[in-house]
Amino acid sequence: MRPQRNSDERKSGGALASLLPHAILILGVLVFAFPIYMTLIGSTWDAATIGRGNLPLTPGGELLTNYNAAWNETQGTRILHTPVRIMMWNSLVMALVIALGKIAISILSAYAVAFFRFPLRMVFFWLIFITLMLPVEVRIIPTYEVVANLGLIDTYAGLTIPLIASATATLLFRQFFLTIPDELVEAAKIDGAGAVRFFIDVVLPLSRTNIAALFVILFIYGWNQYLWPLLVTNSADMETVVIGITKMIGNGEAATDWNVIMATTVLAMLPPVAVVVLMQRWFVKGLVDSEK
Amino acid sequence: MQRRVIFDNKALPYLLLVPQVAVTLIFFIWPAAQAIWQSVHLQDAFGLRAQFVWFENFEAVLTDPNYLDTLRITVIFCAAVTLLSLGAALLLAVLADSKIKGAGAYKTLLIWPYALAPAVAAVLWMFIFNPEIGVLGRALNNLGYAWDYRLNDTQALVMVVLAASWKQVSYNFIFFLAGLQAIPRSVLEAASIDGASASRRFWTIIFPLLSPTTFFLLVVNIVYAFFETFGTIHALTHGGPGKATETLIFRVYQDGVVNHDLGASSAQSVILMVIVIGLTAIQFRFVERKVHYS
Repeated sequence: MRPQRNSDERKSGGALASLLPHAILILGVLVFAFPIYMTLIGSTWDAATIGRGNLPLTPGGELLTNYNAAWNETQGTRILHTPVRIMMWNSLVMALVIALGKIAISILSAYAVAFFRFPLRMVFFWLIFITLMLPVEVRIIPTYEVVANLGLIDTYAGLTIPLIASATATLLFRQFFLTIPDELVEAAKIDGAGAVRFFIDVVLPLSRTNIAALFVILFIYGWNQYLWPLLVTNSADMETVVIGITKMIGNGEAATDWNVIMATTVLAMLPPVAVVVLMQRWFVKGLVDSEK
Repeated sequence: MQRRVIFDNKALPYLLLVPQVAVTLIFFIWPAAQAIWQSVHLQDAFGLRAQFVWFENFEAVLTDPNYLDTLRITVIFCAAVTLLSLGAALLLAVLADSKIKGAGAYKTLLIWPYALAPAVAAVLWMFIFNPEIGVLGRALNNLGYAWDYRLNDTQALVMVVLAASWKQVSYNFIFFLAGLQAIPRSVLEAASIDGASASRRFWTIIFPLLSPTTFFLLVVNIVYAFFETFGTIHALTHGGPGKATETLIFRVYQDGVVNHDLGASSAQSVILMVIVIGLTAIQFRFVERKVHYS
């Protein structure tokens, strides 16, 4: 009997040791999921239930009403807001223009820096590099003044163009271009292909994975912008959804349309979360590469 | 620094550089130069006349007890966010990297918060910890703990630290996981065969081998806590109660955009610029070192 019991004890000790990591990981998952779960629940109840502090832990029956109110309407019982469909459209335009614009201008400049030798090449390289050290937060007022002088306040151009110069994307593409074998360039030259042909037929197709990876990162970056849209948009028609939520909350009083706010929050999270989950492989690659 | 085989067009490279250089000059270099110019000038209320005042603006900013208080809060905030999000991420990454059932599922469930905007993370936390309507905020009060982050300085700071760290864990998790996967299995197996316990394996092998990743993340997290948490704070506490959760970035915004004090705001901008340049320099020195090691 004795050896039997011993081995049983070892087994249960082993089981406990292997359960602990699961327990911690599940706890971690719950800590991240719980706030989202409560937001989803909040978006299915009415404002009065939430306002009284009686929000249950299970879904209510107001889901369609709340999402319809958030998506289409401009007025709740206590708040005025831009319809979420307009704000989501603004966010989408901002995220896409920033992501695609950054990729386009940095792939061109990286191509110039990597494949040509010309006077002032390093000056240009450092000029681009320096933008790493000038995040929008350290030049808020003067940048705002430039945009205002150009008449770009409350325009998509003002919202996006000041954010599309990016040293990280340029450095990433340049790094990748340096790994393209010389033989490939020589072969293309012998075949009579010029710099433009080579770019379109060879460099762009080879960069596909890098472009996809960067797109995921930059789309999320663009969608989640906060300080810049807060500064350059005044009219309700130009509001982005992340800004819209905090404007709806105001001072965060108990008696406000929390149901509509929570529905808006869920809608605002959907596109970037979908991009991360659906493009997980590229997302991780983009993140790790662009920080090198 | 450059390829051996290149193309020899004369005008084309300049043409390719035009879009990025134009945007950089107009929206980065020129405004940054403006900020530096404004930081050593005093402008009248209408912005018509400006007087060169040397470092008076900096003197005013750096001797303002309010600013020094903001600096203190920023340091506490940065340190807390960095330690908390790095610690939690390292723990979860080490566990998810071990041979465990469902490791893939855990990974997916832990990385998606990266997609959330800092301001949205703040809204989620507000909805749970609001003392009147939040599930946990009410629970705390029902248990007899007087919880109201809208009135209590310390609680407000705890709230912004938790919301900011919560959002950053997934980012650190991804990098720690990549770092862990680069550690050769054979080293760990050898230690395991030699009878080293799990915690000994961690502290003598895994942790030292992870140090480049940890150091890199340390810099990134400080930058995050410094600059990107503006949305968190703006959405959650508006810097309040009083100035209890005002960080340096929040104050630049407050002085420049809300109070229109150009001299003070641009002096603060220049101070921040120096901080970013310092952090970037540290980061690039480290990247070079990493290249030498491998």
